[in-house]
Amino acid sequence: MSRLSNAFAKGRPALVTFVTGGDPTPDATASILDALVEGGADVIELGMPFTDPMADGPAIQLANLRSLGAGTKTADILRIASEFRARHPEVPLVLMGYANPMTIRGADWFAAECVKAGVDGVICVDIPPEEDPELGPALRTAGVSLIRLATPTTDHARLPAVLEGSSGFLYYVSVAGITGMQQAAQASIDEAVARIKASAAIPVAVGFGVRTPEQAEAIAKVADGVVVGSALVDLVAKHGADAAGPVKELTAALAAAVHSARKGAL
Amino acid sequence: MNAQTPNSFRNQPDERGHFGQFGGRYVAETLMPLILDLEQEYRKAKADPAFQAEFDDLLEHYVGRPSPLYFAPRLTEELGGAQVWFKRDELNHTGAHKINNCIGQILLAMRMGKTRIIAETGAGQHGVATATVCARFGLPCVIFMGATDVERQKPNVFRMKLLGAEVVPVTAGAGTLKDAMNEALRDWVANVHNTFYIIGTAAGPHPYPELVRDFQSVIGKEARAQMLNRIGRLPDLLVAAIGGGSNAIGLFHPFLDDASVKMLGVEAAGHGLDKEHAASLAGGRPGILHGNKTYLLQDEDGQITEGHSISAGLDYPGIGPEHSWLKEIGRVDYTSVTDKEALDGFQLLCRTEGIIPALEPAHAIAAVKKVAPTMGKDQIILANLCGRGDKDIFSVAEHLGVSL
Ligand SMILES: Cc1ncc(COP(=O)(O)O)c(C=O)c1O
Repeated sequence: MSRLSNAFAKGRPALVTFVTGGDPTPDATASILDALVEGGADVIELGMPFTDPMADGPAIQLANLRSLGAGTKTADILRIASEFRARHPEVPLVLMGYANPMTIRGADWFAAECVKAGVDGVICVDIPPEEDPELGPALRTAGVSLIRLATPTTDHARLPAVLEGSSGFLYYVSVAGITGMQQAAQASIDEAVARIKASAAIPVAVGFGVRTPEQAEAIAKVADGVVVGSALVDLVAKHGADAAGPVKELTAALAAAVHSARKGAL
Repeated sequence: MNAQTPNSFRNQPDERGHFGQFGGRYVAETLMPLILDLEQEYRKAKADPAFQAEFDDLLEHYVGRPSPLYFAPRLTEELGGAQVWFKRDELNHTGAHKINNCIGQILLAMRMGKTRIIAETGAGQHGVATATVCARFGLPCVIFMGATDVERQKPNVFRMKLLGAEVVPVTAGAGTLKDAMNEALRDWVANVHNTFYIIGTAAGPHPYPELVRDFQSVIGKEARAQMLNRIGRLPDLLVAAIGGGSNAIGLFHPFLDDASVKMLGVEAAGHGLDKEHAASLAGGRPGILHGNKTYLLQDEDGQITEGHSISAGLDYPGIGPEHSWLKEIGRVDYTSVTDKEALDGFQLLCRTEGIIPALEPAHAIAAVKKVAPTMGKDQIILANLCGRGDKDIFSVAEHLGVSL
C-alpha cells in the first residue's frame, strides 16, 4: 500500500496540514514540517510558492510573497521535500501549487523530480480535468497521485470527470471561494460529503476555512480527512523561524480532535 | 461572412478553447462549471439574431458606431512613405475600444441572469467602460484596480465613481493590472452564483479570448468594408498596439484570410527590451496564467515578472492566446516600441493631425512612424486609434517635465 492510502487506513479520520514551502525562509521550513509530523498530522501538504496565487486569501498570499521574498526557488522546494522524505520515510508528502511553476520545465521533468524527492501526490489548483493532458499523464506514468479538487459547484454530472484519473484522495473544498475564508455551514458539508462519498472510490478530505479543533472534529465525523492551512500559515506569519512550537501545539490539538471524532459514535 | 474553411486563420479556437498549443481553461474547479455555462450561453447568443440586433443597436446609438475611417494627410506627408489611415475608435463613447466588448459581455451577463458585475482595469479605460454599461443597465459594479494604477490614472478612477462603480485598489504585487486580475478572479470564485466577470482583453480562460475577439471584431469588419467602399481596395498593413491584445485582434481578425494584408502588433518595450518592459512575445516564454496558456514574462521557475510600460493599459506580463498562436504560425508580425518612442508618437499625432491619442495607440503610431517611410507612396497602412489621450495628459505632462 502507498503512503497516502496508509494514511487514510488507520481506522480513524486523517489530519492533513498545509504550509507554504520556504516561508519564512527555505531553511526554516524543515522544522515547521517536523512540527506538523510531531503534532500528529497524517498527511503533509507543502505549498510551492507562486507570484500569482489566484485561489488564495490574504494569509496564504502573504506566505507566498514571504517565501519568494526570501529567495525560494523550485529547487529549494524539491530539496525540502527530499530531506523531509529522508527524515520521515513513512509520512505522505503532497506538493500543492499552481500550474505554471509545475509545468514550466515540462510535466515529465516535474513528475520525475517528484519521484526523486519522494513526493506522493500533487495538487494543482488551476488544472481542471479539462486540461488534464498538461500534467495528469506525466504524474500517472511516474506513479505520483494527482489529487483533484471538488467544490460546491462540482455537481453530480461533473463529479465523475473530476474523479477520473485522480488518486490518493479527493480534496473537497467546502466553500466556493478562496483559502482562509469563513467555513461553510456544517450541514452543507455533511450533505456534500455524503453525496461525493457515494461516487468516490478514494478517501474524501475536506478543507478551506477550517481553523479550530471544534470545526475539524465536526467535519471528521463525516469526512475521511480534514485539511487545515491558513490557521497554521498564520502562526508562521506571527512567529517566523520560531513557529515550530506553536505549529506543533495547534497541530496536536487538531489531531486529537480529528482522530477521536468518531469515538463512541458507534 | 467568410467561409470557415480548414485552411482559414479565422476558425480558432478548437472546441476545447485551444489556439494551437495556446489558450485553454486553466481555472480553479469552482469556476469550471460557470465557464462551461458561459460557453454554452455564448454559443446560443451568437446564434440568436435578437442578441446580435440588440448588440448592433447599442453600438450604433449608444457607442456611436460605426467609427470613422480617416486618412491622415499631414502625418502621411511628414513620414514620406505609405499613406496612413486610422480607424477612429477613440471617438467611441468613453473614449476607447473597450466599450465594444463591455456591451457584448453585459448583454451576456443579463442573459445568464447574473446580477452583479466585476472587472479588472489597468489604464482605467476598461473600468470606465464597464462602469458605464453597468450604469446603463442598472447593475452594481465592482472594479479591481492596482493601487499603482489608481495613483497614475486618477481621472478614470473618478469617472468610475461618478458612474456608480465601487473601485477596489489592489495592493498585492506591484499593484498593476495582473494583480487586479488576480483579485477579480478571487472575487469571482467567491461569488460565482450571482456575479459575471467582464474581462477587458482577449485573454483569460476560454471562451473569453473568443468572445472578446468576436465583440471587438466590429472594428475590423467596419474598417474592411469602409476601405473597400472608400478606395476599393484593402490596406497593405494593419498596425495595432497590444496590451492583452483586444483592439489588435478586433482589427486583425476580419482580415486574417486576406493574404495581401500584412499585420503588425506593437508591444510595449518600456525602458527597452534589455531592461523593464511589457513585451511578452518579444521577451517571454509560453506558460500558464489567468486561465490560459500564452507567452508570459517570467523567470526560469515560472514566477511571473512585473511588466513595465509608460502606458498603464499595456502594462501586463501576458498576451491573449490567439496572438501567441498568430505569432507562432507567422501570420502576424510583432514588434515593440519604447516609452520614449511612444511619447514621440503621441506628440507627433497631436501636432500633425490635431488628435490627442491615448498612450496605448501612441505605441502603434510610433511603429507606423518607423515602417511608413520604408513603404511606397501607393501603399496603405491602417492603424487602430483605439483610445483618446484625455486620461493621459497628466502623466504625459510629467514625462515631458511640465507641471500642470
Ligand atoms: C486605449 C487602450 N488601448 C489599448 C489597451 C490595451 O488593451 P488591448 O491590448 O486589449 O487592446 C488599453 C487598455 O487599457 C486601452 O485603454
